[in-house]
Amino acid sequence: MSHAIRWILVVTFLQLLTAVAFAQEVDPRAATLSRLTERSFDVKERAIDELATYRDDVTRSILTAILAGELYYTKNSGQIVTTRASGGGLAAFDPLSGDEVGQFGKRDLRKITINNSLRSKLRGLLATFDLADPDPARRLAAVEEMIDGIDEETAGTLANLVESEPDDTVRTAMLRAIAMQSLVSGDRERQMKAVSVLEESLNPVIRGRLASVASSTDDPELRERAELGIKRIDSRLSMVRFAETVFFGLSAGSVLVLAAIGLAITFGVMGVINMAHGELIMLGAYTTYVVQQTMPASPGLALAASIPLAFLVSGLAGVAIERSVIRFLYGRPLETLLATFGVSLILQQAVRSIFSPLNRSVATPDWMSGSIQLNEALSLTMNRLTIIVFCLVVFAALSLVLRRTAIGLQVRAVSQNRDMARAMGVPSSRVDALTFGLGSGIAGIAGVALSQLTNVGPNLGQSYIIDSFMVVVFGGVGNLWGTLVGGMTLGVLNKFMEPWAGAVLAKIFILVLLILFIQKRPRGLFPQRGRAAES
Amino acid sequence: MKSVMNPSRWLGAGDRVFIVVLVAAVVLVVLGNAVAAEGSAMHVSTYTLTLLGKYLCYALLAVAVDLVWGYVGILSLGHGAFFALGGYAMGMYLMRQIGERGVYGHPVLPDFMVFLDWDALPWFWYGMDHFGFAMLMVMVVPGLLAFVFGYLTFRSRVSGVYLSIITQAMTYALMLAFFRNEMGFGGNNGLTDFKDLLGFSLQSDNVRLALFVTSAVALLLGFLLCRFVVSTRLGRVCAAIRDGEARVRFLGYRTENVKLVIFTLSAVLAGIAGALYVPQVGIINPNEFSPLNSIEIVVWVALGGRGTLYGAVVGALVVNYAKSYFTAALPEIWLFALGALFVLVTVFLPRGVAGVLRRRGAKS
Repeated sequence: MSHAIRWILVVTFLQLLTAVAFAQEVDPRAATLSRLTERSFDVKERAIDELATYRDDVTRSILTAILAGELYYTKNSGQIVTTRASGGGLAAFDPLSGDEVGQFGKRDLRKITINNSLRSKLRGLLATFDLADPDPARRLAAVEEMIDGIDEETAGTLANLVESEPDDTVRTAMLRAIAMQSLVSGDRERQMKAVSVLEESLNPVIRGRLASVASSTDDPELRERAELGIKRIDSRLSMVRFAETVFFGLSAGSVLVLAAIGLAITFGVMGVINMAHGELIMLGAYTTYVVQQTMPASPGLALAASIPLAFLVSGLAGVAIERSVIRFLYGRPLETLLATFGVSLILQQAVRSIFSPLNRSVATPDWMSGSIQLNEALSLTMNRLTIIVFCLVVFAALSLVLRRTAIGLQVRAVSQNRDMARAMGVPSSRVDALTFGLGSGIAGIAGVALSQLTNVGPNLGQSYIIDSFMVVVFGGVGNLWGTLVGGMTLGVLNKFMEPWAGAVLAKIFILVLLILFIQKRPRGLFPQRGRAAES
Repeated sequence: MKSVMNPSRWLGAGDRVFIVVLVAAVVLVVLGNAVAAEGSAMHVSTYTLTLLGKYLCYALLAVAVDLVWGYVGILSLGHGAFFALGGYAMGMYLMRQIGERGVYGHPVLPDFMVFLDWDALPWFWYGMDHFGFAMLMVMVVPGLLAFVFGYLTFRSRVSGVYLSIITQAMTYALMLAFFRNEMGFGGNNGLTDFKDLLGFSLQSDNVRLALFVTSAVALLLGFLLCRFVVSTRLGRVCAAIRDGEARVRFLGYRTENVKLVIFTLSAVLAGIAGALYVPQVGIINPNEFSPLNSIEIVVWVALGGRGTLYGAVVGALVVNYAKSYFTAALPEIWLFALGALFVLVTVFLPRGVAGVLRRRGAKS
């Protein structure tokens, strides 16, 4: 008896063992997978449905592979494989275990083909996989993927999920997706309700669906409701466009302000026309280029290091120009203009001789190439945002230096009344040199910023010098706020004109407007007051 | 500066010397081209002749700039625009003379319009096939622009540096505008491929000679006219405005009107210079509007010595000769040299070469 029992136990144990071993060796999906090799799309569809009942990463990757056309079977054994290019041929892997099963040539493999209805089915299935993902961004992407071609079944799935969805954005998107399906359901009440959900959106796909419903429906009330919905979307869309244009304008304006603010000091505070200002910007941009060449691995660090370096390089160049040329020409603004123009030609040619006349490109750190998505229709690119912030920081720093430091006090004193300042013991010629250096250094910093936006070349400065002068003249000489407001205004104005006039014509309009503006207010938006203004 | 430039006499000693030298040089060049045998030391090739003709146009342009800068104190950084507009008016006439000989063989439309699929001439091209009308436009268009621009700016008392900058903005805006194909002036490529002028082929040596002589005569007449203007009472008011505009205004003069007249006259002269320039170089394109060109004119005048008129001519000839030489022989050096010229002249020679000569003359 005991023998018999022991025997039975041993046998069952062995059976269990083999069963476990079998279970490990043969994934039940393997059989399902092999049905994918059949010709009939119906069989494939059933196989895919069966696969989709296993909700894990392996299934997900298999479905993705089918959709991407990357799932094959071998011609001789019919084994299902995924492939990766290796050497001359393809390395094949078992999709379930991930083990390599051998090397194949292209001819040994046949692709598992799918048709359009399978394709959309796969997309829907994959989306349901993503809907269960713990990452809300993935879930959101999945819902947005569904929104266009949503069917009743998927809408049902979503309706079940919506209650338990913790993230507000995802829930809204789900409700919209469901509404998209309700919109074509034919049930009038549901349709009307769907319109009121959908009109909250800015998605062009949704707007398009509303438009097609409005034009195709026989129900006048529904049509009216849909048209009202479209109107609401459009009015909000136009507000978004407006905000976007303002944003573009502010970023363009920031570039102008950055380029002009150094000029506002040398031209505004000192009354010196520095035509070489553009070339000082150029020097800053080339400094960035050189610094980046020394540390190509970390563009972000190089950029940070370039800011003080560019300030130094351009600032020193500025002091050199002031000491060697400009100080002989105080009180003769037109002559300064000519002499500094000569300096600008020399600097341009120097750069051309040293770095070649070709443009140099400066790498942008990764974090600056992204964007912030505010809503479905509005995203702010990081580089534009950075330039606005950078401009404001530079402006604030410069204002602080001019208002709160001893050198700033001296600069203002000399600019307001040179003789009186000297009588009070301000070393005016040293202050001149320092002021000029400060303005030039700021130009160098502007060059760092510009190197991120345009190509760095010998003509970089020339393309900004006229704009910079316009900003200073428009804003009013001797006034940093004028430069800020002037630059931003011109930038925004330009961006608003661009859509209907084109970029070049918009610029011409701006120039003409400025010429007319100067007639009305010869001293700019914020004229300098007091006796100093009359000189 | 004020005492040496006595504007009360039409032609001072310096002016007479200048006229004699200019006329003699022109006669020598003409004889050298037309009479002297090829290979002789006196021979002037047609290529050189055309080059010199180009310089003479620049010289007339420099005289125009000196008139406003040297005598009224308006530093215009936009005179290149008036020059280019005159050139474009001439170019339009020459374009219409091509007729059916263009690449596309269209009887009326210039090639670039056919290329742009236009089916009719834009309105502003009408009449440009008549020489007389085109020559009128050569003067009217720059003059009108200067008049409108000057009327607006001088009336609101924009002066000094501000004026310089907005003249620069003006020529910059025009450059951008002329670069557009939609403007109807050939866009980027401008107007070129000219065939003949008044029925004579532009390639023939005689026409080249005639153009050179015309340029020389235009320069001489322009010079005499400017000298005359500055020697009249108007000229004295101009000089007074240059040296103290507010005082002149307080004396009861309408300074803006005086400035407007001189500015417009100067623009017309610049336009004529441009019109003579175009058939000699054979092309006019938007680059002529570039701010750099306008500012280069100013340096010619500064080098020669402003407020003398003949100094402007000398400056234009010398700088352009140097430019032709350097850009061919040492292209790298040219911008360095030009830049250094700007700096050195303004710092060390504020009255230019003419100022140095005059100081020498006064000492001896």
